[in-house]
Amino acid sequence: MKRQGIAEALRDGIAEEMTRDPSVFCIGEDIGVPGGWGGAFTVTLGLAEKFPGRVIDTPIAELGFTGMAVGAAMMGMRPIADVQYGDFLFLASDQLINNAAKMRYMSGGTVKVPMVMRAPIGATGRGSQHAQSMERYFIGVPGLKVVAVSTAYDAKGVLKAAVRDDNPVMIFEHKLLYGSKGARAEPGAVDATSEIPDGDYVVPLDRAAVRREGKHVTLLGWLLMAHYAMAAADLLAAEGIEAEVIDVRSLSPIDYDTIGASVRKTGRVLLVEEGPKTGGVSAEIAAGLMEHCADSLMAPIVRVASADVPVPFTPVLENAYRPDVARIVAAARRLAQS
Amino acid sequence: MNLPASSLPPAPAVGDASLLHRHDRDFLLGLYERLVLIREFEERVKFLFLEGTMPGTIHQCQGQEATAVGVCAALQADDFITSTFRGHGHALAKGLTVQEMLDELFGATTGCCKGKGGSMHLGNMAKGMVPGIAIVAGGIPLAAGMALAFKLQRRPQVVACFFGDGAVAEGAFHEGVNMAALWNLPVVLVCENNLYGASTRIDKVMKHPCVAARAAAYGFRGETVDGNDVLAVHAAAQRAVAECRAGQGPVLLELLTYRRTGHSRRDACHYQAKDEREAWFARDPIERFGAQLLGRSDVSAADLAAVKARVEQQIQTGVERARQAPQPTIADLTTDVFA
Repeated sequence: MKRQGIAEALRDGIAEEMTRDPSVFCIGEDIGVPGGWGGAFTVTLGLAEKFPGRVIDTPIAELGFTGMAVGAAMMGMRPIADVQYGDFLFLASDQLINNAAKMRYMSGGTVKVPMVMRAPIGATGRGSQHAQSMERYFIGVPGLKVVAVSTAYDAKGVLKAAVRDDNPVMIFEHKLLYGSKGARAEPGAVDATSEIPDGDYVVPLDRAAVRREGKHVTLLGWLLMAHYAMAAADLLAAEGIEAEVIDVRSLSPIDYDTIGASVRKTGRVLLVEEGPKTGGVSAEIAAGLMEHCADSLMAPIVRVASADVPVPFTPVLENAYRPDVARIVAAARRLAQS
Repeated sequence: MNLPASSLPPAPAVGDASLLHRHDRDFLLGLYERLVLIREFEERVKFLFLEGTMPGTIHQCQGQEATAVGVCAALQADDFITSTFRGHGHALAKGLTVQEMLDELFGATTGCCKGKGGSMHLGNMAKGMVPGIAIVAGGIPLAAGMALAFKLQRRPQVVACFFGDGAVAEGAFHEGVNMAALWNLPVVLVCENNLYGASTRIDKVMKHPCVAARAAAYGFRGETVDGNDVLAVHAAAQRAVAECRAGQGPVLLELLTYRRTGHSRRDACHYQAKDEREAWFARDPIERFGAQLLGRSDVSAADLAAVKARVEQQIQTGVERARQAPQPTIADLTTDVFA
């Protein structure tokens, strides 16, 4: 057992999978340069030395190397690709959406595309194009599995499960949760470290996690918002409101068993999402809950999300853009009292 | 007519006689049969489509048969190809059967993709053909990735990646080609330059008219070949495949050819100049090769007629069976999404 942050846990998870299975390799930009960073957030630091020839630095060509990952996966490899910033997935999306996601179906079930695409997201003082919450753009793509990891324990377990899965899996990570050290550390980072067991383990790709039990209101979030929801729950508890906090974690498919059980208990749902309110994952979950457990709802579903604007740079506006603990508390309080 | 230099049709010569005599009769007649099979298949599909009995849309390759046949004849059964929305010829050349293709075009469960792929996504992994990738240039990075896998796995296979002249303007071409070159990947990049991307002629979208010349910019070898000469295509593909297997890939083959039919469906090709069409029709790959074959003492007109009769029978039987082939049930809608 050791305490690790997400970057370290992912690094160990990747190394263990590469040791276990020679078909696993990494492909991306600046991931294995000697004297470099090990990717934008240090996740692959040192792996190129440990696994010569299996950590492939590419040109700046997200569409190209994503397509290469798809092709390599179809031929029996298990690539772990990553983009430095999730925003670059728009460049890669033809290969992800038109090829990786559809190959199995259009081939009548004969092609397998066992690849992982990792992507950091989140508003972090970088303006509009290194900041977007990208998971919303992929949850509606049949053939892709979409996961978001908010703790080091989950990051390692999900990574391993994703590598072993025979389908394309997208793992979203948050820049404020990596716990990257030194020059790659992030101002405003939140502690997402976990006690990591020594042995091998996986975290299923299709399950939400109940982070805190409560009976008055269900708070649903993922990535940074799962942490903010936990902080909000602490404050709400002091007011006598017992919030149940669920880290949605699996964004496609959505785990309505776990979420639905909570909603049936509390009857009140607050969805917290970093990313513009319109067209977000929260909208999908809210609609899904109406289909799964509308009868249990004692109040309308509430969303706390970012404004419908591009992510702003200046800290005053960025902080106003992204949901914070105070907004979550206020919304949950109103909901609990409704 | 403003023809780019490289696309001027060479004189309708009979081709390089030394190539003709380098091969044995069975091999040559096999090539001829494959060419005729593709032509007759496409003609029949066109009829079925216009008749309204075959669903979907079609992108056909009449006039381009020699590119598919010449390249695939240089591959082994366990080598792979990637194709495009215009993939019927590639599929037949790589060894897919008339039946599994017709069944697919009729949307039947016995089709090569259980009816879930259709005309633009024909493929059969067991026969070395990835389902057609109908996004222009989308197959190029993917083929480079397949070749990367072969290199990492130390397997001897190569990938032949078919694309059209239109793909050369896509970012995916440049990204995929650059990485294939960087890592000497075993991929033969096969550009079927038929002079038109949909209805737009290449001189409107290319400053430099020679596609093969682009290879030099990425540090590897490119070659322009008469794509309507099946033996020339085959010889060039053999050289390219050998280089790829020796770790000296990639190679870019630009095969000059011409699409006799519309881009898709009911396109009447009014944008193709009459004199251009006539010049290319005079260089029909099947007629030329047939004439070449008759120059051999061991091939007769009756041999060629027998090939045509056999192919017609095969297609006729295939169509009759495909019309009766089982259609999916609604339960099939949601299967095959995940492995």
